[in-house]
Amino acid sequence: MSVQVWTFGFVFLTFGLYIGIAIWSRAGSTSEFYVAGGGVSPLANGMATAADWMSAASFISMAGLISFLGRDGTFYLMGWTGGYVLLALLLAPYLRKFGKFTVPDFIGDRYYSQSARLIAVFCAIVISFVYVCGQMQGAGIVFSRFLEVDITTGVIIGMGIVFFYAVMGGMKGITYTQVAQYCVLIFAFMVPAIFISMLMTGIPIPQIGFGAELTEEFGGGRLLDRLDGMSEALGFATYTEGQRTTQDVFFITAALMFGTAGLPHVIIRFFTVPNVRDARRSAGFALFFIAILYTTAPAVAAFARTNLLTTVSNVEYTAVPEWFSKWEATNLVSFEDKNNDGRIQYLGDAEQNELEVNRDIMVLANPEIAGLPNWVVALVAAGALAAALSTAAGLLLVISTSVAHDLLKRSFMPAITEKQELLYARVAIFVAVLVAGYVGINPPAYVAQVVAYAFGLAAASFFPAIVLGIFQKRMNKHGAIAGMLAGFTFTAAYIIYFKTINPAADNAANWWLGISPEGIGSIGTLANLTVAIIISKFTPAPPKDVQAIVEDIRLPGEAVTR
Amino acid sequence: MSDNSAHDYWKSNIKIVLSLLAVWFFISYGCGILFVDALDTIRFGGFKLGFWIAQQGSIFVFVILIFVYIHLMDKLDDRYNLESSKGEMDIAEEDSQ
Repeated sequence: MSVQVWTFGFVFLTFGLYIGIAIWSRAGSTSEFYVAGGGVSPLANGMATAADWMSAASFISMAGLISFLGRDGTFYLMGWTGGYVLLALLLAPYLRKFGKFTVPDFIGDRYYSQSARLIAVFCAIVISFVYVCGQMQGAGIVFSRFLEVDITTGVIIGMGIVFFYAVMGGMKGITYTQVAQYCVLIFAFMVPAIFISMLMTGIPIPQIGFGAELTEEFGGGRLLDRLDGMSEALGFATYTEGQRTTQDVFFITAALMFGTAGLPHVIIRFFTVPNVRDARRSAGFALFFIAILYTTAPAVAAFARTNLLTTVSNVEYTAVPEWFSKWEATNLVSFEDKNNDGRIQYLGDAEQNELEVNRDIMVLANPEIAGLPNWVVALVAAGALAAALSTAAGLLLVISTSVAHDLLKRSFMPAITEKQELLYARVAIFVAVLVAGYVGINPPAYVAQVVAYAFGLAAASFFPAIVLGIFQKRMNKHGAIAGMLAGFTFTAAYIIYFKTINPAADNAANWWLGISPEGIGSIGTLANLTVAIIISKFTPAPPKDVQAIVEDIRLPGEAVTR
Repeated sequence: MSDNSAHDYWKSNIKIVLSLLAVWFFISYGCGILFVDALDTIRFGGFKLGFWIAQQGSIFVFVILIFVYIHLMDKLDDRYNLESSKGEMDIAEEDSQ
């Protein structure tokens, strides 16, 4: 059977599964809609968090990025996992004890201020919206390449599915579809990785194959040594050595970690478990499930790079494998015979290099490059869709709760009944789906770049405000508001300057302290903390009842009844 | 719970969090970034040690850290009789009486 038939089969099956779950898990109350009634088991929540978290970027792009960045790719690996340690130790248990529905709920109540709540709503919507656009584009790429439907149709199908289970089930529907999506995506990521590891090293565990001897067929020798050697011979950077400065890698890692811990769609997942102990546990499970993919990704990156260098380097253009021509048709692989010798020179030197390979295709094309069976290739497409849709649903829920709960119920229309609030939440998700779909079909050029910066903004706004709210009883509304504004504005300004206003200046020589826009969120976090602490010293302490909230969230105990 | 024991509980909690974060910082920022080149001179199977910690080892350590945290906090909660599953049943029983 052809790849396309397999792909249709897998996509049809998995989508049917998601719809079945949606029908089974309809939400009847706002509590079910926002936090799945607070009754999700820590194991299920761990899986749901992992699927929520691992987006099209983790699934499709990350291994590809690492395979071109070599050791510098480390900041994605550590940054996107290390943040869970912060989340587990500094945020999740306390926010669960606080026991409301959203991040702006916490900010607004803890800082006894409607302005703080509105700033938090604004940040949550901006962060989630930029992020969701990237997911829609990811889904579009998969549809167009594997199902050979055009991107518009692809996005509309994807949106239709998300719409169905997000509107019907809210958090409850999303949680249980995410559990299914985790299983699909991890299976789809691991199967080709195991196959390739077997093929190249004879060892079925990619994490071990990563450092093992290559088989005779691939020329023997340790994989990483061979890869270093080949890279150097072709004029590329040595794979296991870093190119970026130590301080830049340091600050990017920090920005991604703080950002991970500050992303609202991840934080609210911990509101769905029954109690504080389960919140801690589910953070552990979440990182465990994430780590399965994240420790495999660098191995996949090294396999893919080795494979690419051996299959295309100095090969007759007329003798290229089938996958090469197929991706060439999508313009994601391009060849220009500069010296007219009819062979592909893939070299580090830009003058002589004749081949351009888009980083995003590495995971998708890897099974084809390694010559794996058609069903494995098709499985990857279903996995990529699961990753994109699960994250999109989580983000859309944040947008809808921000509007229905934080803006209407808690700010402007406190008199609405629960039934009305639920209706508004569904309308908000509907509108958000339409807007996200529109942006997915007509992507503004800057969206792809901006996604990574959602992290910088989350790091500079939410993370410090929440941590201070828990660990510093004296922190008051003046400090928190000033801190959030300072962190958010500083980070946004730095990023917008280098990415939109003056992209020509975006290089190490012009960066402040040598920190790239990707890493500036960590300085934003520090700015937020400093401003908040200084301002709070000169302004009145928070009222007694707010201090009592802080005392209360520090102790586990019976969860607040909702 | 009295204010005093609440205070003690919080102090122990902070101690656990800070010591685990020290390990977190040492492994990721220390071994994975700042001292990575020095550690790369050591071979570990088919890996350079610094490279391995940066791309794999640190992630394993993160997972272990959270499970150690879960374990230590469970023990601490038990010592102060806070929210065990048994505790919740007691409350439920009191309610029904």
